[in-house]
Amino acid sequence: MAETLFFNALRAAIDEEMARDATVFVLGEDVGHYGGSYKVTKDLYKKYGELRLLDTPIAENSFTGMAVGAAMTGLRPIVEGMNMGFLLLAFNQIANNAGMLRYTSGGNFKIPMVIRGPGGVGRQLGAEHSQRLEAYFQAVPGLKIVACSTPYNAKGLLKSAIRDENPVLFFEHVLLYNLKEDLPETEYLLPLDKAEVVRPGKDVTILTYSRMRHHVLQAVKTLEKNGFDPEVIDLISLKPLDFDTIGDSIRKTHRVIIVEECMRTGGIGAELVASINDRLFDELDAPVLRLSSQDIPTPYNGALERLTIVQPEQIIEAVEKMVALRI
Amino acid sequence: MVQERTLPTFSAASTQLSKEEGLRLYEDMILGRYFEDKCAEMYYRGKMFGFVHLYNGQEAVSTGVIQAMRPGEDYVCSTYRDHVHALSAGVPAKQVMAELFGKATGCSKGRGGSMHMFSQEHRLLGGYAFVAEGIPVATGAAFQSKYRREMMGDESADQVTACFFGDGACNNGQFFECLNMAALWKLPILYVVENNKWAIGMAHERATSQPEIYKKASVFGMAGVEVDGMDVLAVRQVAQEAVARARAGEGPTLIEALTYRFRGHSLADPDELRSKDEKEFWFARDPIKKLAAHLTEQDLASQEELKQIEQKIQQEIDEAVKFAESSPEPDPNELYRYIFAED
Repeated sequence: MAETLFFNALRAAIDEEMARDATVFVLGEDVGHYGGSYKVTKDLYKKYGELRLLDTPIAENSFTGMAVGAAMTGLRPIVEGMNMGFLLLAFNQIANNAGMLRYTSGGNFKIPMVIRGPGGVGRQLGAEHSQRLEAYFQAVPGLKIVACSTPYNAKGLLKSAIRDENPVLFFEHVLLYNLKEDLPETEYLLPLDKAEVVRPGKDVTILTYSRMRHHVLQAVKTLEKNGFDPEVIDLISLKPLDFDTIGDSIRKTHRVIIVEECMRTGGIGAELVASINDRLFDELDAPVLRLSSQDIPTPYNGALERLTIVQPEQIIEAVEKMVALRI
Repeated sequence: MVQERTLPTFSAASTQLSKEEGLRLYEDMILGRYFEDKCAEMYYRGKMFGFVHLYNGQEAVSTGVIQAMRPGEDYVCSTYRDHVHALSAGVPAKQVMAELFGKATGCSKGRGGSMHMFSQEHRLLGGYAFVAEGIPVATGAAFQSKYRREMMGDESADQVTACFFGDGACNNGQFFECLNMAALWKLPILYVVENNKWAIGMAHERATSQPEIYKKASVFGMAGVEVDGMDVLAVRQVAQEAVARARAGEGPTLIEALTYRFRGHSLADPDELRSKDEKEFWFARDPIKKLAAHLTEQDLASQEELKQIEQKIQQEIDEAVKFAESSPEPDPNELYRYIFAED
């Protein structure tokens, strides 16, 4: 495939997996005729029929629970959250049913399902449409949580998520759907549990995910000019965290900055700090620094929204301070 | 005198029942009753813990519905009051008892407990402890049957799902949402409401604007029937009709079985709100006594044959307890097992 838009990379992943495996189907709001709110399933119903691109009524808890029942009985559902925030309404089905049921049933049932859709803070969408559910769901046992960030990894990760035998919460980002990238012509899959070293470096380890990867890379351009050499790691797997890759990096740089879009309290970064302290405390030359979103409902006003999430200049400042001032 | 809703009438003469079928129904109900009585005993003796919800009095519903299906092939979905549904679905009593004892040999390997009986082998989709959350799961299983038949060309995929829940669940959104979808897509499912009049301490009439639950089916354009839930032959007949409708691709049925739990909500419930009059009204309608009378009156079974069944089941229950007591505890080294499919 030549240059491919992010949403088309996701579409290709679903298309390929549906062609490969008749048990794979998509359900959710407007996934069929409308083609998905971000066009990830555009026209797939014409190819696979309305049962495999199942337009559901607006009943998140019930259609998510239905997907669990279908997965328990041998199908491979892909639930699309029109906006991932809507799936707060399905919290029980995702936590109690998708996440915990295999364990509670003593291994009687497996639940191979993907729950995917746009998460994150968009452009002035207001608090309810600007959720970062990954932080809310990270405590649920039995869930894998993945955040994609480029057309390339979106496609390879989604294909792997669909083939995985476990429930996977798969986060896309509402502001990344129009990114473009050249994708391989041949089929590829990417592991769900591996972080990606986006830029090797020696001064400091920057741990990030989803759209913040791009904020970090923007900051890195300036940092490079100013003579800094940060290592950038895209976590990809938010649960479980890939401590092989993270550990290798910290043992090299001895300094960590976390850049995340979720809120500071109880966020992915909070878990990272705790786990780094557990595993790698002796490797650290400085306290781990967290750059997170503010602990507030995301405001509508553009200027306030900008203040709520981490901006590239804050990343530059944080790296320069930590490396140059040796703190 | 307590004012009870008029139970729908049913003439046993309108149904075909062979001796063999009659005895099977009797045995299944006796199994449910004796099992639960033993649970109460074991709970008070400190052998099982947590919340334990017993099914006494409601046996005709589990037996009548599940015996009208193909146990082991069709799907059954239950609630926190799930022991007897598991038994009717064919899960061996010893596995259910061992689960209650928290043992490694339990049907959920000691991870689930009273409210979480599961058996892939017996197509028991599980006991779900939050009210109404099993309804979407069961609806998904029913969707799967339709999907296999229509999208995967599997002609043998005519499995029906029975989804059991109580009157309390019928005021929850998942009930309405799933009825809507099941009717919309003509899913092969039986929504079986066990209306035992009480959601713990909330009387049904105090919780709902239209107490006749089966009527709620009509707004979805789906079949809704009420049935005397204390009469196993009546339940079996409406279930047979609903199963036939589901297998023929004609969609779901809402069955409201009017029944009563002979014990409190759980073994921790002081049961202070239900009146003596009300209890007596329902105790007089014990579904097991009713079937026994029918079988003997119709010369389908002798007292002696019924006695033999009771003795056989008593023995099975005693063996289940022995099995549970002598079974090993789960291996502490397997604390993390079963979180993921590969475990």
